[in-house]
Amino acid sequence: MRDAEDRYWKANLRWLVVILGTWFFVSFGCGILFRDWLDENFFKVGTAPFGFWMAQQGSIISFVLLLIAYAKIMNGLDAKYHVEEESK
Amino acid sequence: MSQDLWNYLFIGASFALYIGIAFKQRAGSTKEYYVAGGGVSPFANGMATAADWMSAATFISMAGTLASSGYDGSRFLMGWTGGFVLLTVLMVPFLRKFGKATVPDFIGDRYYSKAARLVAVVCAIFICLTYIMGQMRGVGIVFSQLFGIGIPAGVIIGAAIVFFYAGLGGMKGITYTQVAQYCVMAFAYTIPAIFIAIVLTGNVIPQLGLIGEYTKGGEGTPFLEKLNAINTELGFSKYTDGSLAKIDMFCITAALMFGTAGLPHVIVRFFTVKNVKAVRSSACWTLSFIAVIYLTAPTIGAFSRVNLIDKLHDTAYEDAPAWFQDFEETGQMAWVDKNGDGKIQYFGPGKSDSGKAGAVFLGKGPLFAEGRGGSGERLLTNEVVAASPNELWYGKDIMVMANPHMAGLPKWVIALLMAGCIAAALSTAAGLLLVLSTSISHDLMKKVVKPDLTDKEEIKWARIASLGALLVAVYFGINPPGAFVAKTVAFAFGLAASSFFPALLLGIFSKRMNKEGAIAGMVTGILFTLSYIIYFSYLGGTPSQYFLGISPEGIGFVGMIVNFIVATTVSRLTAEPPQEIKDLVDLVRRP
Repeated sequence: MRDAEDRYWKANLRWLVVILGTWFFVSFGCGILFRDWLDENFFKVGTAPFGFWMAQQGSIISFVLLLIAYAKIMNGLDAKYHVEEESK
Repeated sequence: MSQDLWNYLFIGASFALYIGIAFKQRAGSTKEYYVAGGGVSPFANGMATAADWMSAATFISMAGTLASSGYDGSRFLMGWTGGFVLLTVLMVPFLRKFGKATVPDFIGDRYYSKAARLVAVVCAIFICLTYIMGQMRGVGIVFSQLFGIGIPAGVIIGAAIVFFYAGLGGMKGITYTQVAQYCVMAFAYTIPAIFIAIVLTGNVIPQLGLIGEYTKGGEGTPFLEKLNAINTELGFSKYTDGSLAKIDMFCITAALMFGTAGLPHVIVRFFTVKNVKAVRSSACWTLSFIAVIYLTAPTIGAFSRVNLIDKLHDTAYEDAPAWFQDFEETGQMAWVDKNGDGKIQYFGPGKSDSGKAGAVFLGKGPLFAEGRGGSGERLLTNEVVAASPNELWYGKDIMVMANPHMAGLPKWVIALLMAGCIAAALSTAAGLLLVLSTSISHDLMKKVVKPDLTDKEEIKWARIASLGALLVAVYFGINPPGAFVAKTVAFAFGLAASSFFPALLLGIFSKRMNKEGAIAGMVTGILFTLSYIIYFSYLGGTPSQYFLGISPEGIGFVGMIVNFIVATTVSRLTAEPPQEIKDLVDLVRRP
């Protein structure tokens, strides 16, 4: 039992790292740190420079997708390790 | 039908709806008062949280900030949505599992100490008060617009309404009113944007208009290029570039994000659904509903900038559209005819000769004198900045309100927008007020001062506390501590990031963290941030003294790092937490 719980927690942490990595990349990465470079050198979204678009639109869209993915993954993990909470 | 009549109709109808819901769903027990009885559906909770989350700052101020600062405004967009990701994956499922009604409750139990609870209560009160000030300011702006009165009177009217139904309904009443408020806000925000997008870009979907072509008056040019050209011609930096330093931009965005994840009034929202699965889907709904508004805000910002310049720049005062005089009347726009040509000129910092970049006059806002100038404009007593040719002053908070006027939209759209603004401010203010009053009645009175408090007395204390908090908020709503709503609110996030976020995160992810570490961390974090903000906002600190060039808005991020370092160091030097606390952490980690 303890062992299964430990593995559940480890799997949980691994996914957290992936999700937060993406989170950092789309917002701080594309929207701030590399914004000017992306504006100049990357493709345009419609007529908008890529970095600017990421900062004002793309990052937000990514966040929504991230949360949907998170909910799916975590529900899957819960089922796999049989730790689902009974509804009260 | 006149504009006033439309306004009263829309606002009256929405109010009747809110009060009806609040009355029907009013709280009977403390559990209903604090967490709505714990049985709200994820979809409804998502909407309610979105309404709670999107404050007057978002609704009124954000698009205006985007309009005037272009790319720089992205810090609010990314900060307030990205923080939600952190909140959902790092905090909410665990805190919900823990199953207490408030954030200080978690901190008090996890760190097995009354002192920790007390520190958390004080932090919560501080954060919520700062935040609610911004809301009251927002309410004031709307009411002043609505009745043509000054902002102070508007603030007082708004406060009376918030008190009436937050105090009455508790969390249960608020949750269902917020669902209605979200719907009003979403329509009010997107409909004007759609109309304007059609006029300017020929595109029905504003988000596509932003990345499309500017088609008004003949052939199309890429919309953002057009905007960049307008900006540079008038001496502003390019719309897509902004002017904030990268490090400042980074820190402000980070402070807003981590602050979101530590904001007590949002965390509490997720205690209202029934299990962890529901929490996850509720969070997805919430962010989707928030995204509807946040993806529209940049389009409103960009469109209104084009409209503002198009309608006012180089226009003779007597030919200026009627709304300009209306806003001048309520003190939210002002014009100084510096070159005496009778025309309104709008220029940016690039056109001024000296440091006072682009300012029309000295001081925070216009101080109107009696009498009229040569063209019939209201005269000012402010000292005029001669080095800058800019003649037009407008409050950034007014952009969203002015937007439909500028685009010449039908009267009912403007009325809808007014109703939306009020919904935004009221829903957030009500949610905050609730957390504030719970902090005082539950965490302070019941858990610390007087443990034998009955349910009834506790609710009574909650109502007294909300009245007290509101009075403070009204005072600061009338005398705002920041230049505009979004900025005041940004301070609240900095404070939350530097106090709660590390304490909560370490409480869940580190079993070694003990009470000494958590308390030391929270205290140093919030004191550091607070003193930085106060020094630079009120005691005359100048931007050249900024630590690494980070402005007070972004210092919460540094405060957070300080908190982490202090907490970790102190906890390593003091005794480990007892075994039952480690077991508690294990319990919280399981869904």
